[in-house]
Amino acid sequence: MTELAATDPLPKPKRDIAPILLPIAVALVMIPLIGSPSTWLTLTAASLAMGMMIFIMASGLTLVFGLMDVLNFGHGAFIAVGAYVATLVLAPFAASLQADSLWINLAVLAPAALLSMAVSGALGLIVERVLILPVYGQHLKQILMTTGGLIVAEQTLYAVWGPQIIPMPLPTSLRGSFILGDVAIAKYRGLATLIGLAVFIAIQLVLNRTKLGLLIRAGVENREMVEALGYRIRRLFLGVFMTGSALAGLGGVMWALYREQVHASMSDDLTVLIFIVVIIGGLGSIGGCFIGAILVAMIANYGGFLVPKLALVSNILLMVAILMWRPRGLYAVTSR
Amino acid sequence: MMILSGDPPKSRVLTLVLVLIILALVATPFLFPGAKALNVAAKICVFAALVASYDLLLGYTGSVSFAHTMFYGIGSYAIAIALYGMGPNWGAVATGIVVGLPLAALLALAIGLFSLRVAAIFFAMITLAVASAFQVLASQLSWLTGGEDGRSFQLPELLRPGTVLISKNLMGFEVNGRILTYYLVFAVSALMILALLRVVNSPFGRVLQAIRENRFRAEALGFRTVFHLSYANCIAALVAAGAGILNALWLRYAGPDTSLSFSIMLDILLMVVIGGMGTIYGAIIGATIFILAQNYLQALMGVAAKAASEAGLPLLPGLLHPDRWLLWLGLLFIASVYFFPTGVVGRLRNPGDKSAGGSH
Repeated sequence: MTELAATDPLPKPKRDIAPILLPIAVALVMIPLIGSPSTWLTLTAASLAMGMMIFIMASGLTLVFGLMDVLNFGHGAFIAVGAYVATLVLAPFAASLQADSLWINLAVLAPAALLSMAVSGALGLIVERVLILPVYGQHLKQILMTTGGLIVAEQTLYAVWGPQIIPMPLPTSLRGSFILGDVAIAKYRGLATLIGLAVFIAIQLVLNRTKLGLLIRAGVENREMVEALGYRIRRLFLGVFMTGSALAGLGGVMWALYREQVHASMSDDLTVLIFIVVIIGGLGSIGGCFIGAILVAMIANYGGFLVPKLALVSNILLMVAILMWRPRGLYAVTSR
Repeated sequence: MMILSGDPPKSRVLTLVLVLIILALVATPFLFPGAKALNVAAKICVFAALVASYDLLLGYTGSVSFAHTMFYGIGSYAIAIALYGMGPNWGAVATGIVVGLPLAALLALAIGLFSLRVAAIFFAMITLAVASAFQVLASQLSWLTGGEDGRSFQLPELLRPGTVLISKNLMGFEVNGRILTYYLVFAVSALMILALLRVVNSPFGRVLQAIRENRFRAEALGFRTVFHLSYANCIAALVAAGAGILNALWLRYAGPDTSLSFSIMLDILLMVVIGGMGTIYGAIIGATIFILAQNYLQALMGVAAKAASEAGLPLLPGLLHPDRWLLWLGLLFIASVYFFPTGVVGRLRNPGDKSAGGSH
């Protein structure tokens, strides 16, 4: 070991860039396989958009697990609740959504998304207090409790909104595609990618540039030590949980618009997808979650184009492959 | 005592309830005429075995699996595809069993070796993912599985309702192939439950409980925990596939809704928790309570919903609609995890002690 003088900067940990290169490598490998560059560009843009939406939904789950060792099997409920709440705003203002002006459309969409986030966040508060607080540190009971919560939430949605699928058409100005040469990129996908990137950058800034983020990151690595230093990690955790729930609600609205429909069972399908993303990324890691979401979306889009039959099991295969390479996910953050 | 592997119910009330349930199941074909009662009884038998096998995982090893219906479905589909493809003969039944059981065990072994090395949470998430992929696969490979419609098939001659074994005698009962099938289901389920009781009371079962209580310490004592957990996972999968075979034989049908759907997984979870985790007996109690409620309470809810809508109450008719009964079960589930973590059996065995029992 070399001696370090007090004035020397701390040695920087080595950056682990292999996971970052992985999605880029996947995308490059796909160029010759797909053949047509314009198709490839369209598919890549589609995977980015889908990946961003999945990331928004999954980010809360991974942070909640990393920070407090709580695995919320009911995370999908926030997604569905978010989507349903958005219909409360979008349905009465359907006429404004049909108007051919981006600003009028956004003036309706933005409050809908904000309301969804507020309601999901508030629901997160209730869930944390009622379901998760009594069973801290008991994995088995956490899984059972939150699964029960998922059933109740889903059934309540059915009871209030009925079992039918609710259509959720895209606003007029977000329909259609940008045409660049012979490449078509759907406008809504562009918007989704922008929002996803914004959320990712915001989370990264908060985590890496603020004191709050410092505490959260410290809590993920060693909870007891943060508590011993006198910080109320319980309150911090509640904040993270509510933020995660609100983000899941936002993701739900975006996903519903992407699919142009709302149904309570969407929480089931998405829960599985999100779990796969969170496992691939490494439980507790935001960066891993981001890469994992893009990888899952890439496999879904490229795979769906090249071998549609394989699309059914491709996520599982991806997860198996990643875990063979790194058994604890792309970035192993927690020591658990 | 021998037949219960030295693990009697240990509570008078519990013994009485169990004896009553078993007597009622044995006598159902004669006491309660009609197809519905027999269907309910057969379903209780099948689910008691299925839930008991899940209890081996959840209650004795403490690992939450969401893939249990997958093994159940493998059993169902194996027998259904064999009987559908090869015609109604005993060779087809044997083929279904010979293909279905090892397939379930192998898949369980693969999942176990892959995911049991790490934390219990990984196992829960991976089983959920694998099970959902399997469900999609089963509904897509329609040339093999019949897709969403499933596969209906004919039973061998001996087990058909038309086959009269003992014609109506003085007592006025007729024993036909349907009743024979019922007793087949009952006997095999009982055997499987007794076998599970043997497993959990063997030294192997003790190791499983040690792993549940403290995996690290069990490993430090020299037990290869991955081996034990994978082995338990395989046994549970085998019994689940067995229950699936019985279910398909009884229904003469296998399809996604009756054997693979996620709601069956939730039903199993509910039955284990209500009955009492880590007791095996809890499976019988849980399955009986749940299936009776499922079949008879829903009708009651329909009446209540109608009354509420006639009274003009808001929202209540929607909440009480028979299709929403899972909502109430979900609430019951949360309440029982919270207030009765040891379930009915745990409560009956240790009336005063809240914390004692199988789970922790």
